[in-house]
Amino acid sequence: MMKSTKQQSLKIPAYEAVGVVCAQSIGEPGTQMTMRTFHYAGVAEHVPTGLPRLIEIVDAKKEPKKAIIDIHLKSSYARSRGDAEKVAKELASVFVSDVADVEDDLESLTIKVLFNEKDGKSQGITFAMVKKALESFPGDVKIDETNVILKPASETKTKDADKDKKEKKLTARAVRKLTQKVRDTIVRGVRGIHKAVVIKGAEDYFVRAGGFNIVGASENLAVDPKRIYTNNIKEIERVYGIEAARNAIVREITDVMNMQKLYVDVRHIMLIADAMTYAGSVKSIGRHGLSGEKIGVLGRAAFEETIKHLINASAFSEEEKLIGVTENIIVGQTVPVGTGKIRLVMKHTKKR
Amino acid sequence: MVKRRRRKAPDKTTIFLNGRIVGNHPDGKSLASRLRERRRTNELSNQVNIYYNQKLNELHILTDKGRVRRPYIVVENGKSRLTPEILVRIKNNELNWNHLVKMGIIEYLDAQEEENSFVAISESELTPDHTHLEVDPSNIFGVVAGVLPYPEHNSSPRITMACAMAKQSLGIYATNFGARYDTRAYIMYYPQQPLVQTSIYRSLNLKEKAAGQNCVVALTSYHGYNMADAIVVNRSSIDRGLHRVAMFKTYETEERMYPGGQKDKIELPTPEVVGYRGEESYRYLAEDGIVMPESEVNGKDVLVGKTSPPRFLEEISVFGAVEEKKRESSLSLKSGEKGKVDSVMITEGPSGNRLVKVRVRSVKVPEIGDKLASRHGQKGVIGLLVPQEDMPFTKNAVVPDLVVNPHAIPSRMTAGHLLETLGGKAGALGGMLMDGTAFAGSTEEQFQEILKQNGFQENGEEILYDGLTGKQIKAKIFIGNVYYQRLHHLVSNKMHVRSRGPVQLLTHQPTEGRAREGGLRFGEMERDCLIGYGASMLIRERLLEESDKTVQLVCTDCGSIATHDYARNRDICPICQGENVEPVEISYAFKLLLDEIKSLYIFPRIILKDKG
Repeated sequence: MMKSTKQQSLKIPAYEAVGVVCAQSIGEPGTQMTMRTFHYAGVAEHVPTGLPRLIEIVDAKKEPKKAIIDIHLKSSYARSRGDAEKVAKELASVFVSDVADVEDDLESLTIKVLFNEKDGKSQGITFAMVKKALESFPGDVKIDETNVILKPASETKTKDADKDKKEKKLTARAVRKLTQKVRDTIVRGVRGIHKAVVIKGAEDYFVRAGGFNIVGASENLAVDPKRIYTNNIKEIERVYGIEAARNAIVREITDVMNMQKLYVDVRHIMLIADAMTYAGSVKSIGRHGLSGEKIGVLGRAAFEETIKHLINASAFSEEEKLIGVTENIIVGQTVPVGTGKIRLVMKHTKKR
Repeated sequence: MVKRRRRKAPDKTTIFLNGRIVGNHPDGKSLASRLRERRRTNELSNQVNIYYNQKLNELHILTDKGRVRRPYIVVENGKSRLTPEILVRIKNNELNWNHLVKMGIIEYLDAQEEENSFVAISESELTPDHTHLEVDPSNIFGVVAGVLPYPEHNSSPRITMACAMAKQSLGIYATNFGARYDTRAYIMYYPQQPLVQTSIYRSLNLKEKAAGQNCVVALTSYHGYNMADAIVVNRSSIDRGLHRVAMFKTYETEERMYPGGQKDKIELPTPEVVGYRGEESYRYLAEDGIVMPESEVNGKDVLVGKTSPPRFLEEISVFGAVEEKKRESSLSLKSGEKGKVDSVMITEGPSGNRLVKVRVRSVKVPEIGDKLASRHGQKGVIGLLVPQEDMPFTKNAVVPDLVVNPHAIPSRMTAGHLLETLGGKAGALGGMLMDGTAFAGSTEEQFQEILKQNGFQENGEEILYDGLTGKQIKAKIFIGNVYYQRLHHLVSNKMHVRSRGPVQLLTHQPTEGRAREGGLRFGEMERDCLIGYGASMLIRERLLEESDKTVQLVCTDCGSIATHDYARNRDICPICQGENVEPVEISYAFKLLLDEIKSLYIFPRIILKDKG
């Protein structure tokens, strides 16, 4: 027996067009967003919010325009701001170019690294650390009091044949290239994480930084790898898996809507997140993702790239099963949603 | 020739003539003032403008065309050059405007030179820093806004709207309207000049082309029939001719020439003509095939009978002679319209062909849904016509023409409307015209004085009596005279229904637009709403049954569209010659899609199944 409980009454009936209702429920407040988002008077925009961000999420972009990572710490480090700040310093990447002037000398084919005491001090970098970072440099490393002089190993060393020729030809350009490499060498911190700030959360202090290198950040022993969050959904999918990505989509969309004081029922947002992730990988909504994978040829042709779909369908002799709504409208049949799907189960049989 | 670019000299003013560098000068500022003095003494043309840019140290001399310029009174050492002595000479007709320009009393500035000027709005606020004086403060408005009364008491968006609506008002659009054949024109029956005018209105002599009437307006509600900007109108006033207009529409047709020496002919078509519309349609035509003036035409009656040569060359008949079959191509009234033929003109078209123009006139009495507006951006549509006996009235038996809802006022901040009401009432009582010129109009106090003298309350309020019950209305009601315009959005020209009607040839879907008796589009988003609601049957009805439903025969063997062979009375598939054919209900658009897919060299097949 069916009981008329609250839960029963909230159940969505069979053949309810949840997708359309979801689209309308997000689309309607979305139209208001277009007008308001682009400018936030007086405040410099750090992270795209509103419609641009919503589009970013729904398009399943590989990297958000401004990636942000929230790194929570193990409880022993998260109690005081000072402790957290120390970890933040360890996490934020510092490049050689941040603390030293790197110059290339094309005459002697060397690279000079002139350590800047002042810059180093402000970032807590010592000359020793720079030296250490440059140890792996391929070639001779000469060190005096405040400078490192690097003499690149000539590439011809590995190949003995026509030594002179190559050395002359290659090095000038190679030195230039190497100089850039030296500049980008990380003295301290995690690659891809920059500008780390300590923020007081609800219970503890945590680190917020630009970038999204979850794996790199969790290598730090002070970091609680279970509590790292980033707005880069693809990265979450890669590291934590598809379920986490689904939750991240829900959270990101909810945040965008709430920031504008627009409130959409979570279940609509959850439906979008489910639709984007049900297949095991994050797919965009649109031509390259969900809509491009509709089953019906007519449905796809009606959406975008009509001719491409028709030609392909003919080449592979596809059959249109007339399952979707659009397809049935085109043909002129009752659409299989709502009352259109109701059939009589019992068949009339003749009296014997 | 290679042009050499002159270089800018530092510390020197660069001189530009019409945007091109011509030289340098050590002191551009003094040069500018000397040049201006020369212009004022007529050594330079008064059309030259000089602009000095201190920041860039540039002097621009502008003599080219296309600069918008406006006049100012020249001010020297804080004193206007337009002295009382000169004013006297103007009054004595010794001097006119052009003299003042020549004398350097008035000069025209363009947008650039304006940047160097410091303009006082009134003479009293002149200081030694001022360079110019506004000729009149209301000059800061253009022609259209200058005609509005009391704009300084209204919010600026309402002024903009009032300007836009004044252009839509019906009145006397041209004094020679009787001789004109405009495609569409309206003439008001009894136009009036407004009781509250402006100086610009008078200078333009707009009372000769008035576009509105002074209405007695009560600011109150009337049984909810003036909610949301509706206006209740006194039907008896309308019967007396309030806001009545005549609409003129000109229809024209031409005797066109065709290659091969053939020609249209304006004549009374004979029954032999292909497409003859029946005697009835031609009943108003004279022997020359053109309607007789003052005949009452209706529906699709023919105005000018015309026949054209056949579209394709006729086959030579059995007897060897080519029999010319003419085609009917008469000019007729648009369906749904009616009126009287006002006049007929026969002339020659631009290519020398005989051209006939027929002007049809019809009376447009104000009705529910027609649009009215005051000169303060206060527009509304007529919501109800009430006979005079049911309208509220004052103790002097004054019955308002319009009842406007007071909710229209506060949020829009059109205090000018109220001031005009008061001014109009004072003008009507005092028997004079009032001045509503911007910044210089008659004052509220003046109106109050006149009202008081005539025994009225000075705030314009009166006790009204309910016309339905005869009881006193327990509120003082603001009532006065406001100039109201009738705007050319008339329901009779817009209303439209369709329950059945024509369909498009290509798609078999209903036509679009009022002129084609079309339907209203049930679009994609509307469709989405029905899907969201789950109303499948309703979608089917809108998109199939009430649109382009057809029954097509489909071959069950090869899946292509089959045909009915009338000669042998059987259904046959033209592709596989099979006879296993079933009738299927589809949208015609789908059949069209199949055809187009075929044109892409793709063969679509329809697989039929029994309804499950």
